Amino acid sequence: MAFATQSVSLGRSFLLLVYRDLRLAMRQGGDAAMVVAFFVLTVILFPFGVGPEPALLARIGSGIVWVTALLAALLSLDRLFLADYEDGSLEALALQPLPLELVVLAKCLAHWLVTGLPLAVTAPLLGLLLGIAPAGYGALVLGMALGTPSLSLIGAIGAALTLGARRGGVLLSLLVLPLYVPVLILGAAAVEGAVSGLGATPHLLVLAAIALAALPMTALAGAAAIRQALE
Amino acid sequence: MNRFANPTRFMRISAAVLPAIGWLTALLLVVGLVLALFVAPPDYQQGESVRIMFIHVPAAWMALFVYANLALASAAGLIWRHPLAEIAAQEAAPLGAAFTLVCLVTGSLWGQPMWGTWWVWDARLTSVLVMFFLYLGYIALVHAFDDPTRGARAGAILAMVGVVNLPIIKFSVDWWNTLHQPASVFRLGGPTIVLSMLLPLLVMAIAFTILFFWLWLVRIRSAIVARKLRSLRLAGADDFAQLDASGGKPAGSYPS
Repeated sequence: MAFATQSVSLGRSFLLLVYRDLRLAMRQGGDAAMVVAFFVLTVILFPFGVGPEPALLARIGSGIVWVTALLAALLSLDRLFLADYEDGSLEALALQPLPLELVVLAKCLAHWLVTGLPLAVTAPLLGLLLGIAPAGYGALVLGMALGTPSLSLIGAIGAALTLGARRGGVLLSLLVLPLYVPVLILGAAAVEGAVSGLGATPHLLVLAAIALAALPMTALAGAAAIRQALE
Repeated sequence: MNRFANPTRFMRISAAVLPAIGWLTALLLVVGLVLALFVAPPDYQQGESVRIMFIHVPAAWMALFVYANLALASAAGLIWRHPLAEIAAQEAAPLGAAFTLVCLVTGSLWGQPMWGTWWVWDARLTSVLVMFFLYLGYIALVHAFDDPTRGARAGAILAMVGVVNLPIIKFSVDWWNTLHQPASVFRLGGPTIVLSMLLPLLVMAIAFTILFFWLWLVRIRSAIVARKLRSLRLAGADDFAQLDASGGKPAGSYPS
């Protein structure tokens, strides 16, 4: 692929990198499908576990959907950099003119398109199954759309830090889950706010703020972590 | 700062001040505990249970203070690549986790008679619990690599990312309306605690701070000694291999 020549502009090589990751995901097939399948199956387990009572499911539905989305995003994280790290292409990506910070963001964008976006699209269907009040759907979808980028971004820091670590997968969840807590709280609270009539806007705005703050943090910390992993 | 970064000089200076710090810790802890357990009056609402606070509050302060130190040492280790700063960061983490655990446990013990529950999912409690898991994650990450330097670097980056949790914990009681009471010591307009309770609290806080520095120095010193021992052993193994190859006998005895 001809994406690392001097004549290619930064913006174009950024897009090419996103395109490459998307194509890899498509060709290997089923990353997105597996994440969504996990998401749906795990949510479906809850009515079996807590009982099929509609009032109960409607009340805890937003929390179930958000917790499960978090776990589904977590499942796909370890492949974010690991495949490229193991076959050496991460070193090639670090040597090209595109700054490593932007490489990290490009991979996060591709990861979000393959996992976060399908999750956000599937969420209303699961909300329907759990019987979340119709007033909450807008907040659920918007919250997912604003919250899942943070999941990809924060997760990327963890994925970069655990490159080459023993028991990387378990360690990754120990590192990332505590940092996911604010997204979970705000995402579930947005749905509750919309259902109860208090309004979801403040929660959604803070979710967007977290995503924006995570952008530079992930670029810097992720690139630093990859650099020390490649040393 | 570079003057203290030399491990040999650090070992000399720390050996000189360590006993003094140790005795000061013991003295302050005794004075603080006597003040807290016997001299301070029982609270008009909480009764004798208020004495838990003289442990709980300093431990909570230390949980944040140790994390700040951990992050500062991590930053120094990343920027100047000082091995001593990396060791200092790693050795601070278990202490911080211990203080956080003490804070959580004493808070729970106090919450049962006062709030009627061991635990509530309120913003302050939850964010301190998150901090405990951050400490555990840091410790796990540092030890997850075969190459100790990589563990130290990865841990340092994680420690600096985790700093975002510090302001969340500090201001959680102001931003959210929670069961946990708002700040009553460090606030605009002075503390809202009566002097007979404030005094033991401050003595305990100073005692905990010095206790941390004392334990930290002891841990850093033993970590340096452990590293020296390891490199001596490696060097010894090299000598042994050479002698073995030439058919001779090793000159000295080797640490077992």
